[in-house]
Amino acid sequence: MDLAFFGVQLLNGFQYGLLLFLIASGLTLIFGIMGIINLAHGAMYMIGAYLAFDLTQRLGNFWLAILIAVPIAVLLGLVIERLFLDTLYKRDHLYQVLLTFGLILVLNEAQRIIWGGDVHSVALPEPFTGAIALTDNLQYPVYRLFVAAVCLVLAGAIYWIIRHTRLGIVIRAGAVNREMVEGLGINIRTLFTLIFSVGVALAAFAGMMAAPLSSITPGMGDSILITCFVVVVIGGIGSIKGAFFGALLIGMAETFGPVLIPSLASMLIYLIMALVLLIKPRGLFA
Amino acid sequence: MLHRYPKRVTVLLLAGLALLIAYPAWGPAVFGESSAFFMEKLTLMLIFALFAVSLDLLVGILGLVSLGHALFFGLGAYTLAMASPDFSAASLWWMLPLVMLVSGLVAAIVGLLVLRTKGIFFIMTTLAFGQMLFYTVSTSSMTGGTDGVFIMFRPSLAMGETPLIDLDNPLTFFYFCLALLVAVYLILRALTRSHFGQVLDGIHDNEHRMQALGYATTGYKLIAFVVSAMIAGVAGMLAAMQYGFANPAQLGWHHSGEVLMMVILGGMGTIFGPILGAFAYELLLYFYEHLTNHWPILMGLTIIVAVLVLPKGIAGLLLDPPGRQASLLGRLGGGKDNLAKGRQTSASDSDGKSVGKSAGEVSS
Repeated sequence: MDLAFFGVQLLNGFQYGLLLFLIASGLTLIFGIMGIINLAHGAMYMIGAYLAFDLTQRLGNFWLAILIAVPIAVLLGLVIERLFLDTLYKRDHLYQVLLTFGLILVLNEAQRIIWGGDVHSVALPEPFTGAIALTDNLQYPVYRLFVAAVCLVLAGAIYWIIRHTRLGIVIRAGAVNREMVEGLGINIRTLFTLIFSVGVALAAFAGMMAAPLSSITPGMGDSILITCFVVVVIGGIGSIKGAFFGALLIGMAETFGPVLIPSLASMLIYLIMALVLLIKPRGLFA
Repeated sequence: MLHRYPKRVTVLLLAGLALLIAYPAWGPAVFGESSAFFMEKLTLMLIFALFAVSLDLLVGILGLVSLGHALFFGLGAYTLAMASPDFSAASLWWMLPLVMLVSGLVAAIVGLLVLRTKGIFFIMTTLAFGQMLFYTVSTSSMTGGTDGVFIMFRPSLAMGETPLIDLDNPLTFFYFCLALLVAVYLILRALTRSHFGQVLDGIHDNEHRMQALGYATTGYKLIAFVVSAMIAGVAGMLAAMQYGFANPAQLGWHHSGEVLMMVILGGMGTIFGPILGAFAYELLLYFYEHLTNHWPILMGLTIIVAVLVLPKGIAGLLLDPPGRQASLLGRLGGGKDNLAKGRQTSASDSDGKSVGKSAGEVSS
């Protein structure tokens, strides 16, 4: 493996890891603050990708499509939270797992009804269609760099909101002691609705950003969900910082695994997770 | 052991058993031409009931929600598929112990890792281990990749050269699965009533207290995990015999989710509930599949509604009928409290060994 190829893989791993972070951050926030395991998170990623595909076809413009798709995703999260999760907060994780499992079936089938079972793709949007030449015969697509940049900005924004704003203080306090926050006169229900909608919308947004990079298939949400679970478990459930470094680690592992150790590639991330759990049963940053 | 449940439960279970045993008498009259087909369906339901019962030992009795139980189901199926000779039938005398050994060994290794975790970590790590095997099997050419492996001959059960029973005969296989389910049910009932079961119950309610009482709780949990995995492995082997193949889908986490739904739909922690749940789930599935191509939407909605309004499942309705005690609102409300109550009714023991029953806190 020469240096240029190594560099491309490194960039790929970094970009994929950042995309994973977008999805995993929502997952870890929803669990850390609301105590809800959301299995339907992967389905939202899939729906994001399909929304991007559908609206791009209708409107002829990827950016306009995203501008419309994001509010749709937020709205969907809002409806799901208000309709189904309201009664689940006090229940055992078991019921959350099952209810969101039921949601997966519904959302996956809804996708099939609306968009069918075909594989779709979205063209690279202007002005990021080009590629940067790394060496004479190696190029790197600009859109991937753009996605990485957007993810980095969003990661920074999430970190800043949680660390340095009043809303962030309430969120952190709510994660530690829900009753106390309520006792201080803060409406935790509104906060929950907000967190869930934004968390789910982050997953959908990741799906939209990924749409031009990978093929859009009916089962795409399932595999990404499991990968993000691994990320969250490695980083420590509820920890944004953990999700960030966990996502980068898994992004690198998924990119370099097939090249360096092909025989173990398909189970590499699970091996890493098992190893982390052996050393730190609650994750790296918990 | 049955007499500790209210009479209506015992009556219902025995009636169900009698109905199944007598299927050859009434099946053809009711279903006519498709009677044989329905018997194969019933056989599958029995197999899934066995699978659901095994998971109940973890979820209902021990309070550990596993989202990777299909790992052991699939392991049983693949063990049969890989260990069967190509051109003759394997003997069940060594196939059954082999399947139990393999699933038990893997469960011991996986258990040592996952039992270090609790609550949501347990859910996620079991899920991850299930997927680990799923991806290994579906990418390896040795196990036939995504196509799976076909099983040319069902294992036979013979004494020396003379065959004891003919497992290739659908009716015989149906009775064989039924007998296995009844046996496992009775064993698990005895197990939950034993001192061992009491300790598991105690761990469910308050593990720290059990540790303070001097129990090595991890050992108990590991044994329960291994036993549960062995039963699931046997169920997987039976399923592979019935289908005639082992397939990665049998290992996938969707399958784990389905069996978890059977346990909840039936009523967890009761052992008999998940059997009812498996039948109810499969019947609903069959009904929905015939109703529309988009049956997953109906199944998904059913799951959502069941979780919202029927947290204690069918067994909860039987043990604690709506009109009798709890109001609907009460049942909709605190899940954990009601569960603890349900478990109390089902486990009101005479030997006075029940430990820490009132403490409902389980760290999440």
